[in-house]
Amino acid sequence: MILQTENLNYVYSEKTPFEKTAVKNVNIGIGENDFIGLIGHTGSGKSTLVQHLNGLLKPTSGKIYFEGKNIFDKDYDLNALRFKVGLVFQYPEYQLFDETVEKDIAFGPRNMGLSEEEISQRVEEAAHIVGLKPELLSKSPFDLSGGEKRRAAIAGVIAMRPRVLILDEPTAGLDPVGRNRILEMLKNYRQEHNTTVILVSHSMEDVAQVADKALVMNKGEVFMYDTVEKVFSHGEELEKIGLNVPYVTKIFAKLRANGVYVPTDVFTLDKAEKVLLKLLKREGKE
Amino acid sequence: MNTLIKAEKVCFSFKDEEENIKQVLKDFDLEIEKGSFVSILGHNGSGKSTLARLFNCLHIPDSGTITVEGLDTSVEENVFDIRNKIGLIFQNPDNQIVASIVEEDVAFGPENLGVPPKEIRERVDEALKTVGMYDYRRHETHKLSGGQKQRVAIAGIIAMQPDCIIFDEPTAMLDPKGRADVMKTIRKLRKESGKTIVLITHYMDEAVQADRVVVMDSGKIIADDVPQKVFSKVELLKSVGLDVPQPTELCYRLQKDGINLPDVLTVDECVKELMKKIAED
Amino acid sequence: MKDLTFGQYLPYDSFIHKSDPRTKLLLTLGLIVTAFVSFNFYSLGLVIVFTIMAMIVSKVPISFYLRSLKSIWFFVLLTAVLNVIYIKGDNLLFSFWIIKVYAEGIEKAIFIAIRIALLIFISSMLTYTTAPTALTDAIERLLSPLMKIGIDTHMFAMMMTIAIRFIPTLIEETNKIMSAQKARGANMDSGSLLSRVKAIIPILIPLLISSVRRAKELADAMECRCYHGGKGRTRMNSLKASWRDAVCTLSAGLLLAGVILLNVFL
Repeated sequence: MILQTENLNYVYSEKTPFEKTAVKNVNIGIGENDFIGLIGHTGSGKSTLVQHLNGLLKPTSGKIYFEGKNIFDKDYDLNALRFKVGLVFQYPEYQLFDETVEKDIAFGPRNMGLSEEEISQRVEEAAHIVGLKPELLSKSPFDLSGGEKRRAAIAGVIAMRPRVLILDEPTAGLDPVGRNRILEMLKNYRQEHNTTVILVSHSMEDVAQVADKALVMNKGEVFMYDTVEKVFSHGEELEKIGLNVPYVTKIFAKLRANGVYVPTDVFTLDKAEKVLLKLLKREGKE
Repeated sequence: MNTLIKAEKVCFSFKDEEENIKQVLKDFDLEIEKGSFVSILGHNGSGKSTLARLFNCLHIPDSGTITVEGLDTSVEENVFDIRNKIGLIFQNPDNQIVASIVEEDVAFGPENLGVPPKEIRERVDEALKTVGMYDYRRHETHKLSGGQKQRVAIAGIIAMQPDCIIFDEPTAMLDPKGRADVMKTIRKLRKESGKTIVLITHYMDEAVQADRVVVMDSGKIIADDVPQKVFSKVELLKSVGLDVPQPTELCYRLQKDGINLPDVLTVDECVKELMKKIAED
Repeated sequence: MKDLTFGQYLPYDSFIHKSDPRTKLLLTLGLIVTAFVSFNFYSLGLVIVFTIMAMIVSKVPISFYLRSLKSIWFFVLLTAVLNVIYIKGDNLLFSFWIIKVYAEGIEKAIFIAIRIALLIFISSMLTYTTAPTALTDAIERLLSPLMKIGIDTHMFAMMMTIAIRFIPTLIEETNKIMSAQKARGANMDSGSLLSRVKAIIPILIPLLISSVRRAKELADAMECRCYHGGKGRTRMNSLKASWRDAVCTLSAGLLLAGVILLNVFL
């Protein structure tokens, strides 16, 4: 386990008329090299939860352990933790600020106090990972296209070489091309760099496409936490808490309801095609 | 045929930060009929949002003309009337809400039109009921969710009683619940008011709900037909970076694998056809 | 930002909440003036009693009023102490080193402290019970006679409306950008003055850029909703004074009379 939470609770605006419990009694463990899809609708507490994992928010009660150490211990270096648990916020392109893309990506590594040589090496690497062409590095970040800005901002966190990379809705507002590009990038990044990735999303399709495990939050509590296959086989329960399961999952649920024997863990087009093909071809032969 | 919006040979370009001229639309023709529900589909940068701004006089064509019920958008005197006829909903719900209280924001448009106070009150109440936000009329706008804000913005346009509402990617910044609520509102509007609706989007499942789908790429129309026909062109859509609805793609893939299936759009259609196929065998 | 209760609107349902914002605005000013012209303990006591009664009528928990005092208590204390030290009179109470404390000084200090506390309570009452938009509205209408001498009060009011609308959005955005930069190791809490100023840049620039973008989009949205300035514009809510306002004005009038009488005769 690289990250662990213990009875985590977080209450907003405590003791005012606006008091609201955002995270309720969360106990989760995140393993090394996990790819976790964190799903839940707005207000489910998912964004609040991830801001605890790098120590930006201090829990009202409960503990968080990174590599076995309590991150809110008095002598724990929270600033150093933020380089190890990289957090990309929603619409991260709105945090770009420096003159050039290169300098902006270098902001994190520079704060780490690395040598210039190391910094430029990391910037180059991060830009490569997110698929930014080298000639874009000398441009102003504000001259990039929407999708490029988003990727530049993600590179700014990747350049810190975090052990855990958390992304809050990295595909929000992007068109299918931009969305696929980011998801595929994350998949490759995780494989090649052997890191842990947590993808916060309200799109079950996104999670189905890339994650191995799914953590479902509802009303601040953990609703389900298991492999993607197991979680998605509970389609009806997920729909009940207001999540949209992929259309493929819906199609398969309806087929089952009609008495067709198909497995419950189908949630991608590739798998669906395979299963149906087998079913139809086999039956065709008989 | 009764045309509401007509674009003829429209060219439009703008300069980017480095002074390069970017041609967004070239010799663009499009007619939108009164009372129709048209969706305009395209990826980011295909020119679809520019179109919305051209229809509402926020941009003026470099050449060619756009008319709204015969009124030329490039004539200064027509601007007020055109905006009175066509309401525009923007992508970012936060940046189109003017007032801090829901009902005061909805009243903003009618107030600008000089509608008498008593009638404004009636229009505001009715509009808020239409979008299902009446219970929130005294709430503060900044505390609402994205989907609620967007519905307040829609109420603000409804209260101006335009003939047509253009939605420019109204759900791009919303979560699934917000998206569903906004789409429900659009369908309800369509059904109850018979207003012309233009829905600009890159979500296939939203575009499917229109009567007519116009697909744009690099400032040109590459498909313009009823949804069933447009979405059967899976290859074409994929070639311009668009998806098709998952049920459509599933059947398309099975067709390619040699299974004889018709084109479908929705989950139910897909299940029905698959069941037929399974029963046949 | 958590303790920012001063100036916030609290949507309770009370007599005072329902009164006309113009009345409330004028009476607030009146009440503050009254507090400052109460020259003896009897008249000041009357103002205190009146204010406490009004606070109870407002249904806003007293703890909120006390909280509004929290950010300013040091200032109150300082003023009081300065008064104690500097006011000279006939009745020397005690002295040490170069400081002489007179009874008059103590009295004056108590007066000042009470008056400042009243000022805070009374103005908090206005903001707690009146939505910002209602306040803007009240100001626009109270200033409307200025229209005749060519001052565009509509523009002023529209600017205030938009400012009030976007302040919470910008606060939220600032917090978000700050968190995002902190997540990239930005250190805003320590270091030399220069390094702290430098640390502001990664927050300020994104905030500026997004504000400009918001302003552009808002301007477009307003134009599309046929906004063309104050000319020919109607308003949905016309402010109408009711019996509540008569009650408010009457009680405030009685208070003023009481204060004057107590000032003169006691």
